[in-house]
Amino acid sequence: MTRWHDFIEKDGKAPAWPYPIRYDQEQEIETDVLVIGGGIAGCWAAITAARNGAKVALVEKGDTIRSGAGGPGCDHWCNVPANPLSPVDPDEWAAAMSEMPYCNGIGNQIQCREDWDTLVEMEQIGGKIRDTEDEYLGAEGRDKKSKIMISPRYTRNIGFGGDAAVRRPFKSNPEGKLNNCTIRIWGSTFKPALKKECKRLGVKIFDRVMVTSLLTEKGVQGARVVGATGLNGRTGEFMIFKSKASIVATAGDWSLYLLNTELAGYNTFRSRTITGDGNAMAFRAGAELTLMERTGVMMLATGFKHTWYGGAGDASYENVQLVDANGKKLPWPTQGWADGGAMRPTQKDMEKIIKGIHSGDYALPFYGDFPGMKDVERRATWDLMLKEESTCKIITDSYEKAGYDPAKHLLQNYSFIEGNSPQQWRTAGGGGPLVDWNLMTTLDGLYVAGENMFAAGDHSYAAATGRYAGRKAAGYSKQVAQGKAAREQITAEKKRIYAPIKRTAGIDWKELHAGIARAMQYFCSEYKTELLLNMGLDALKEIEEVHVPRLYALDPHKLMRSIEDLNLLTHGQIIINAALARKASSMMLNHFRIDFPQLDPAEWHKYLTIKLANNKVKIGSRPQKYWGDMVKNYEKYNKDYTGVYKRKK
Amino acid sequence: MTQKKTYALPNITTPNTNVKFNPARCNGCNHCVEVCQCDVYIPNPVKGQPPVILHPDECWYCGCCVNDCPRPGSIAFNWPVQQRAYWKDKKTGKVLRDSQA
Ligand SMILES: Cc1cc2nc3c(=O)[nH]c(=O)nc-3n(C[C@H](O)[C@H](O)[C@H](O)COP(=O)(O)OP(=O)(O)OC[C@H]3O[C@@H](n4cnc5c(N)ncnc54)[C@H](O)[C@@H]3O)c2cc1C
Ligand code: SF4
Ligand code: SF4
Repeated sequence: MTRWHDFIEKDGKAPAWPYPIRYDQEQEIETDVLVIGGGIAGCWAAITAARNGAKVALVEKGDTIRSGAGGPGCDHWCNVPANPLSPVDPDEWAAAMSEMPYCNGIGNQIQCREDWDTLVEMEQIGGKIRDTEDEYLGAEGRDKKSKIMISPRYTRNIGFGGDAAVRRPFKSNPEGKLNNCTIRIWGSTFKPALKKECKRLGVKIFDRVMVTSLLTEKGVQGARVVGATGLNGRTGEFMIFKSKASIVATAGDWSLYLLNTELAGYNTFRSRTITGDGNAMAFRAGAELTLMERTGVMMLATGFKHTWYGGAGDASYENVQLVDANGKKLPWPTQGWADGGAMRPTQKDMEKIIKGIHSGDYALPFYGDFPGMKDVERRATWDLMLKEESTCKIITDSYEKAGYDPAKHLLQNYSFIEGNSPQQWRTAGGGGPLVDWNLMTTLDGLYVAGENMFAAGDHSYAAATGRYAGRKAAGYSKQVAQGKAAREQITAEKKRIYAPIKRTAGIDWKELHAGIARAMQYFCSEYKTELLLNMGLDALKEIEEVHVPRLYALDPHKLMRSIEDLNLLTHGQIIINAALARKASSMMLNHFRIDFPQLDPAEWHKYLTIKLANNKVKIGSRPQKYWGDMVKNYEKYNKDYTGVYKRKK
Repeated sequence: MTQKKTYALPNITTPNTNVKFNPARCNGCNHCVEVCQCDVYIPNPVKGQPPVILHPDECWYCGCCVNDCPRPGSIAFNWPVQQRAYWKDKKTGKVLRDSQA
């Protein structure tokens, strides 16, 4: 009896809700620092704030032990030039990363300076970062003395992708030498260790609680953030958090454009719990967000396509030579030591491959030639890299159980035969609250870290920025008194979030989610015009006025999903408004306006910002590189920081 | 053939069995219920029995429930048929597939 319908068939009735129901009941918690989201960034923020003497509460929608995109694991610690094996100067690396338009230079500088320190701390609290058991002796990139394993990903290149033609020499790393800027790690050991450390430090953890809104001083939009409200997804209990400083670390929103639960499960290459909550809450509270017009096409949508990593990519291109159905090598980079950095063929090679497919030169399907690899490299790829890469472990384990042996079997690749994603399947990643050198948003007392920041995207970035925000928030909390939350704001929030359980008919969260996603697909995707985008705003407004009042939920879990939908709705509205405001097309922002086709004209080289003031949308802007001199400012704001970083000669 | 009572049930969400429990081995410790990011499971009303799969349609296949089970063999993944993998024996050229029942 492990399926729901087994109970119907046996007892003629569904099992009772297993948790106590506490709708409307209140629990109030007072703390110095409140961390919203217990993923990678949130855990690091909590730990570091606690280490800096603050009383900390950590609120997580799932269970902190494995929650978030990095919960199951992680195999690459990226952009870690400060590690002792890398000859690269962290400041030079950060500067190079920040040449990319619409990046986050503040985050880049923090990551490059501090993520080695963060990794060292990760090891101190029980994370495995070295080949201590000598399993991979002789593997390329393994340092004999330290047993650290440099990753072949991104070894010659800066950041992601790119080909040899655009590689740049580094002053601190003479051409031809590997940069050793990415480290292989045993990330499946990280999340439980982070939770344990939180507990050891006395962080109060609230698992299964979704934060629903930020409380501002006297309830005024744009005023200091003085706490938050939450909903327990099992009991329906209402939580009131009062804090001197708050950190949002709820990552992005990968399901705004697509809901697919039937047949495939809910999978968008990010945790199912990621629904744009942080952005929606910060926006309603009056924070300025930026890069909200940026969306990306979802590379692979599980269920519609083959799953690997639970949604993205494919095992058969990571470090493995791709061959065609007859065993012929393809000009596809293997991300290995030879091609370090590239994840995709150059455009020229891609054209060659496609031509070859049509002429019969390359026979489909393609395969990853695991058997052709050196034994130790194959193990380092299959057993270390893939088994540690977040959701991959369950995949490699399943294959093995079904008889797959990487030493004998070519693994099928799904490129081409499964087609490309439609342009309308997008992710809303990329935008977030504007930050200063303290990682404070434009609202006093509100900080942000990890993928919730604009232009972020990896595990070590989340860890390093979380750790930094924790330090800054703790410092701030020592200088201020508790703020004054307004009872009216709390009452209004209770009314908003409990509305769906007061109804027993109408539409459920899935229907609403899919409705929002469809409007986003139609009106804010591949083709953008003033007319379409305005129709999108109308469509979302109609959903808000007509369909949201029909939303019903049968239990606390579905109530939580319903509240997530309201965030998706807000998130969609922010994105469309931002897309309307950028009256130009942009390659880097994946933002193509039919009515403003010129690509990246000089006058639009700026960060657009969007916020609510008196509940009206206000558009603003910041210049590119608004953060100023990265090295000088980092040092100015971190005079007391005593990490292990030492300037390299 | 013994006649089982037939209920009027709606179509069950697909997948509805994202994992398979082995009741002979699972002791109902509910650790998988706790690690799940999305509350796909609830504890079984009968103590000591494997959890109940309540929201299989919310599973994002992160694998934590299976990876972290303290009693290996109690819970196994059950990929939807459409998401099963293919591979090929390099020596014989035979195409193989994840055909676990
Ligand atoms: C398959 C896969 C492989 C990856 N591999 C790598 C890799 O090898 N290297 C790498 O650098 N990166 C990798 N990543 C990316 C990396 O995991 C993420 O960048 C990282 O986890 C981001 O950290 P975060 O803290 O910002 O977000 P998350 O870790 O996703 O945490 C966000 C947390 O916020 C919680 N939350 C959301 N809303 C609320 C709310 N309203 N209230 C309370 N809590 C909330 C969520 O439940 C979640 O736990 C991978 C990701 C995936 C999915
Ligand atoms: S499957 Fe494993 S973790 Fe889940 S209840 Fe059974 S023994 Fe515990
Ligand atoms: S795979 Fe992940 S989301 Fe799915 S049931 Fe297991 S723990 Fe939950």
